[in-house]
Amino acid sequence: MTRRPSLWRQFYNSVFRHRFDDTPRNRLLQITSNVFLHLHPATIRRHGLRLRYTWGMGGLSFLMFLVTVVTGVILMFYYRPTAAFAYIDMKNLQHEIPFGMIQRNMHRWGAHAMVILVWFHMLRVFLSGSYKAPREFNWGVGVILLTLTMLLSFTGYLLPWDQLARWAITVGTNMAAATPFLGHQGPGAGLTGVTERNDLRALLLGGPQVGDPAILRFYVLHCIFLPMIAAILMIVHFWRVRKDGGISGPPHVDEEPRPGRAPARSHGFRPKTED
Amino acid sequence: MTDSPKRHHLWGRRDFLTAIGWTAIAGSLLAGTAAFGRLLFRRAPVEAPTLFRAGRPADYAPGTVSDRFLKTWRVFIVHEKGSLYAIFGKCTHLGCTPRWYSRESKFKCPCHGSGFDTAGVNFEGPAPRPLERARVWLDDAGDLWVDVGQRYERDRWSQPGAALVLAKERA
Repeated sequence: MTRRPSLWRQFYNSVFRHRFDDTPRNRLLQITSNVFLHLHPATIRRHGLRLRYTWGMGGLSFLMFLVTVVTGVILMFYYRPTAAFAYIDMKNLQHEIPFGMIQRNMHRWGAHAMVILVWFHMLRVFLSGSYKAPREFNWGVGVILLTLTMLLSFTGYLLPWDQLARWAITVGTNMAAATPFLGHQGPGAGLTGVTERNDLRALLLGGPQVGDPAILRFYVLHCIFLPMIAAILMIVHFWRVRKDGGISGPPHVDEEPRPGRAPARSHGFRPKTED
Repeated sequence: MTDSPKRHHLWGRRDFLTAIGWTAIAGSLLAGTAAFGRLLFRRAPVEAPTLFRAGRPADYAPGTVSDRFLKTWRVFIVHEKGSLYAIFGKCTHLGCTPRWYSRESKFKCPCHGSGFDTAGVNFEGPAPRPLERARVWLDDAGDLWVDVGQRYERDRWSQPGAALVLAKERA
């Protein structure tokens, strides 16, 4: 007579489909059977772990993104994106709301750090030649992510609604007015027929100058639109690192066939002839 | 018939329906995107009033620059060499509001350091053009009016609305 498995065992098995003995198979399963971790490669080359090689910049950029997402959502509980309230809400977050100061400062400094780290990540990828085949596509995704980081930084700049914020965005959006073809002061404005009312600057500000409509637009872009696109592209970016053969290596490492593994260009699929 | 290796038509029913389906999806996405783009520009843009009464010309002593309407209307009222004009406080570089420094007799933009003389002509910093002037005139009662919606660049400063020539001083 077989014993019925306990309810606990049944519950545990419904969540985890593998055991946790320290075997190569289990180590693989821990990664591949987890929806979050499966974006990562199950195995990694030794050089990819060396801090001197990757500087850890991509991971740290992502960490900063997570920090700003969590603290940003917390700030949203008190912040109202209108000219009448934005500044006082920011000040209240600092001085009246318990732990508000550290939330705001983590968001602010995390954002600054993210901008710096993303640039250094790009520098590392450039220096190690990681943009070369078969990783060209992921470099392109990275360029878009870099741009999104800048836009997140720019849109967040207005939200404290202090003098620096207002004039920085005044300057930034006036520069947008000089965009070729899309800005009313830019070259080619006559060809596209854009005016002060329907050019890129008007699109960003929603009015003739930095005011209530602008702060609302920047808020929506900053909290919803840009983070959503960035998150989607990050998923693609991380997944693609794995599919392009893991963290890139020096040519002699990168091109060296790994026993029993698919070559980098095959996107993880093993050619039939190997079997 | 569908199993026949020989195709009787260039477009089978399935190809046709597939094309219609994808066209509908792509079309609705495109239309939605275009509609969203249009939605971001309102039909009736909110525009602040531009016209205000700025007291009487005698309120502005000769040789002075007044910033009493800077916060409300973004203009400096300048009374200089027998003429009264309203300088619009928007830097011609990137649109910040310059400040008036009476000790140095100049407008200075806090953003990138552009400097303008009392007439609003740029002489230092990145500003490419002189400051614009708003239209000024006197009504029948002798009150001074300013319209910040009508502005004059330097090539039009000789036009009637760009400055008020005070007859008493001219004589």
